[in-house]
Amino acid sequence: MFKKILIANRGEIACRVIKTARKMGIATVAVYSDADRNALHVAMADEAVHIGPPPANQSYIVIDRIMDAIRQTGAEAVHPGYGFLSENPKFAAALAAEGVAFIGPPQGAIEAMGDKITSKKIAQEAGVSTVPGYMGLIEDAEEAVKISREIGYPVMIKASAGGGGKGMRIAWSDEEAREGFQSSKNEAASSFGDDRIFIEKFVTQPRHIEIQVLADGHGNCIYLGERECSIQRRNQKVIEEAPSPFLDEATRKAMGEQACALARAVGYASAGTVEFIVDGARNFYFLEMNTRLQVEHPVTELITGVDLVEHMIRVANGEVLSLTQDDITLTGWAMESRLYAEDPYRNFLPSIGRLTRYRPPAETEGYVPGTAAGAAGPAVVRNDTGVYEGGEISMFYDPMIAKLCTWAPTRADAIEEMRTALDAFEVEGIGHNLPFLSAVMDHPRFVSGEITTAFIAEEYPEGFAGVTLPDDALRRVAAAAAAMHRVAEIRRSRLSGRMDNHERHVGADWVVTAQGQSLPVSIDADRDGATVRFADGASMRVESGWTPGRSLALLQVDGAPLVLKVGKIPGGFRIRTRGADLKVHVRTPRHAELAALMPEKLPPDTSKLLLCPMPGLIVRVEVEEGAEVQEGQNLCTVEAMKMENILRAERRGVVVKIHAGPGDSLGVDEIIMEFE
Amino acid sequence: MKDILHELQERREAARQGGGAKRVEAQHAKGKLTARERVELLLDEGSFEEFDTFVAHRCTDFGMQQNRPYGDGVVTGWGTVNGRQVYVFSQDFTVLGGSVSATHAAKICKIMDMAVQNGAPVIGINDSGGARIQEGVDSLAGYGEVFARNIKASGVVPQISVIMGPCAGGAVYSPAMTDFIFMVKDSSYMFVTGPDVVKTVTNEIVTAEELGGATTHTRKSSVADAAFENDVEALSEVRRLVDFLPLSNREVPPVRPFFDDPDRIETSLDTLIPENPNQPYDMKELILKLADERDFYEIQEEFAKNIITGFIRLEGRTVGVVANQPMVLAGVLDIDSSRKAARFVRFCDAFEIPLLTLVDVPGFLPGTTQEYGGVIKHGAKLLFAYGEATVPKVTVITRKAYGGAYDVMSSKHLGGDVNYAWPTAQVAVMGAKGATEILYRSELGDPEKIAARTAEYEDRFANPFVAAERGFIDEVIAPQTTRKRLCRAFAALRGKRQQMPWKKHDNIPL
Repeated sequence: MFKKILIANRGEIACRVIKTARKMGIATVAVYSDADRNALHVAMADEAVHIGPPPANQSYIVIDRIMDAIRQTGAEAVHPGYGFLSENPKFAAALAAEGVAFIGPPQGAIEAMGDKITSKKIAQEAGVSTVPGYMGLIEDAEEAVKISREIGYPVMIKASAGGGGKGMRIAWSDEEAREGFQSSKNEAASSFGDDRIFIEKFVTQPRHIEIQVLADGHGNCIYLGERECSIQRRNQKVIEEAPSPFLDEATRKAMGEQACALARAVGYASAGTVEFIVDGARNFYFLEMNTRLQVEHPVTELITGVDLVEHMIRVANGEVLSLTQDDITLTGWAMESRLYAEDPYRNFLPSIGRLTRYRPPAETEGYVPGTAAGAAGPAVVRNDTGVYEGGEISMFYDPMIAKLCTWAPTRADAIEEMRTALDAFEVEGIGHNLPFLSAVMDHPRFVSGEITTAFIAEEYPEGFAGVTLPDDALRRVAAAAAAMHRVAEIRRSRLSGRMDNHERHVGADWVVTAQGQSLPVSIDADRDGATVRFADGASMRVESGWTPGRSLALLQVDGAPLVLKVGKIPGGFRIRTRGADLKVHVRTPRHAELAALMPEKLPPDTSKLLLCPMPGLIVRVEVEEGAEVQEGQNLCTVEAMKMENILRAERRGVVVKIHAGPGDSLGVDEIIMEFE
Repeated sequence: MKDILHELQERREAARQGGGAKRVEAQHAKGKLTARERVELLLDEGSFEEFDTFVAHRCTDFGMQQNRPYGDGVVTGWGTVNGRQVYVFSQDFTVLGGSVSATHAAKICKIMDMAVQNGAPVIGINDSGGARIQEGVDSLAGYGEVFARNIKASGVVPQISVIMGPCAGGAVYSPAMTDFIFMVKDSSYMFVTGPDVVKTVTNEIVTAEELGGATTHTRKSSVADAAFENDVEALSEVRRLVDFLPLSNREVPPVRPFFDDPDRIETSLDTLIPENPNQPYDMKELILKLADERDFYEIQEEFAKNIITGFIRLEGRTVGVVANQPMVLAGVLDIDSSRKAARFVRFCDAFEIPLLTLVDVPGFLPGTTQEYGGVIKHGAKLLFAYGEATVPKVTVITRKAYGGAYDVMSSKHLGGDVNYAWPTAQVAVMGAKGATEILYRSELGDPEKIAARTAEYEDRFANPFVAAERGFIDEVIAPQTTRKRLCRAFAALRGKRQQMPWKKHDNIPL
């Protein structure tokens, strides 16, 4: 076995690989850019080598830098993680030239699967089901129309070199095909410098389901079931699960066998993923093969008990795969939520800055990849992360900061575990998508499993505006808040300096207000907890060890767990749970009566203001007072973290007043200018 | 006997009606509560002991003898806030517009005298149309009596003013002399002369809100210490403040049972200071991570944001915090921040509240605006306040402590009891760049040489060790252990007694 490996990556995946290497007794070498000097993967590795400035194209993806680090440390093999150099055949070649093992597939397999058109051809030849389409080069728009008709509308017109939705058009008619061809071609030429276009069948009700394969250099190949990755936002995966709630055993087997056939066809040897698109009738078509470890590999590990990284390392060391297809059974259900440093309330704008608080939910003790999840307990929580409290989220890399996974015997239980785990995840200092993840976990359509890749676009067409708790959930929160408030008030009444015999008596009757509702309750407290009775006579039992000031409340309400993030607002609590962000006040009935007399103050109308979207420095103001501006016109430029952001007019208007000028340093939501 | 009791009941009921249902409704329509409702919100349930319920004015001019409502426009008495005694007066706008008569003032004076004698804070709720014009000079005399008592009570018992309606003319000077002023947004204002007079005299056109609303006084004038959304929120936050304060200068600050570990380690503080010394960071993060239960009561949050003042608890005990804020103007000291912090330090000293000072200060703000504005004397206020404070003083230098500002910020030389520095601290006469430009003026033409000199200076002085060698820093500590260090430092100082030489009073550069 290798004595030392280098991980040519950063963040959570570098940490993930280090964990397995350590388990196997292999020393690890991390590489880092200037921005990652204090990163977690650097702290975890046995050695670390500095490889350059923050931008990845000057550090993590510069082959020479990595090669230098290898020479310097004497690493015998390299794990590339995902992204960066993981699917770069030149990197594989450079390693081979120096006799360093690549913990990934052979160079030929990377090359073969790297091009969309070539890979589809190979897949077809290997008997893999592919989307009906035309692979050749298309001369002009008329030919595009002819081909589209042969395939049958709707069709998808795609750039060969494309990705991320660029150079992609859907056509439902001849006319749309003609237009789509031209615009795709133009976009492809400008975005990728490669204007080759192909056309294929557009799949309706599409799901993204992928097969994990594992192959060795001795002709063995197995599949480890599938992952459903349909919950995507603009082609960025957000939530994955394994198995898929949609596949039946026959389809799974067919997909798995075709995936292995493809792997064999290209002489694959490592972990790899064959992505399929599956339509509403369970027809599946090959999309592409990812010749690396996938981000979402933990869900497969959780249901199979296989440590994929370990097998990748062993295969790279020339070992024969120790598993056969018969060894693979899928047990229980696993969910993965990707925690992104993106602000869901600001249209998922990336958010950078200092993680002032980062407390993931407790991971299940005793669970390590490669063991059966069920052996560790009735449910498992696993969090793969590359950040820590007090660390910095920089603008240079992927905004994904953690992958929270749960495992349980059934899908419903795995979802429930995920809800609780998300509620217990504390992240402050940056914007993040935890509320959105919670919202999806409670979405009836997600819960039903009736999902497609259009789920987010269809269910959140206007973006995400937060969650309103249903009444029963709100009552649970109200009962908990009342019990917590009572505890806090009793503590206050024990301040020193009281008038003897004239102390304050904290009462039993309270009114909880939240989400525009007022719920009168009466609390009957005892040693173990409190029984909270509502006006309609119903009661809830609240138990918890919460003490005032604690930011996380772990409660049992009527025996079911309830996890609240608890903060302070004047005269009340800020409570976050299940994606909702609530202002909760608990008052005596008399105080509630008086509070009800207070005028409702609407938040100031900001539609006529240009507010600074992030803390930053005004670089330029491009309009003057009195100027008429058109929708989309540049108004001003704000520099944040050395990046210039252009703020544009959202609608037509006249600039009345400009509050800030070049050189001014503004905070979030400070007013830059006012419109008429 | 029964009849007599019945009559008492009836008279009380009449007094409780204030100005009657119609006026109460009008008060509510303005988003304001009545004087008695406010007292209910301020005090523990059922704890209010009212005095002078039946006081009525004695004015006979302008037909006033026909209108002699009980209470005379102000509700007074005492009660408890979380079981601790406070005296309170609450002006009743529904009764004669809350205007101040001789008897109205006498009621206020009575409870203020009791407060000083018995050692309990005075909380005044202001909602008054001003002097009762019908009474003329009697009303002015009334104000004068209240002013005199504000002055006498100052430093003896905490005085808190809550402005919940108009407060104009001479009336502003009573709250002005109290320790804290809180306002309610959109329904309170304070000014010496109103918009009409302003227009006549100076031709300025200004609304009451612009001239003296909560935003003006919390952001521009610094007259008010905080503003709240409505009456309920304001009074709930006043209760929260009272929980931090001692009842008088004869008592120690209160201790609250706490659920936070005094030894709590915060590893994230080790990365609080950015690698680039010119990059800001949020000092409030440090305050929140040091405090018990992340509980911080900020005073003057909206004013002179380059310095932060407020109360936290360590081991359940109140500590006053003064901290430079690198996020705003690099945390520089200037006229506004010096005045803000000086007043806070003096309040803490007056009421035996220990002081924690967190230092990251690049110096005093240069410029004509500052010099013409008298930064010399204003800066001296903070220096003076720290120097005369005899309460336990613990200082932590997190990063920059440059020049005279280093001395000012509770340095060892001004009687700092325990002065810690983080390893990232730079205690020096100025930043490396500025220093080398002066020391090596002749080499300025050669950027390479200057860079080398700067690096040399940084190596030598941009650290806490030069100061530590001299004992100006008691210990260099790991940031993550700061809370534990502070808890122990303040615990060790609980027995501190320090006397200043006898004087009638000092002569702080006002």
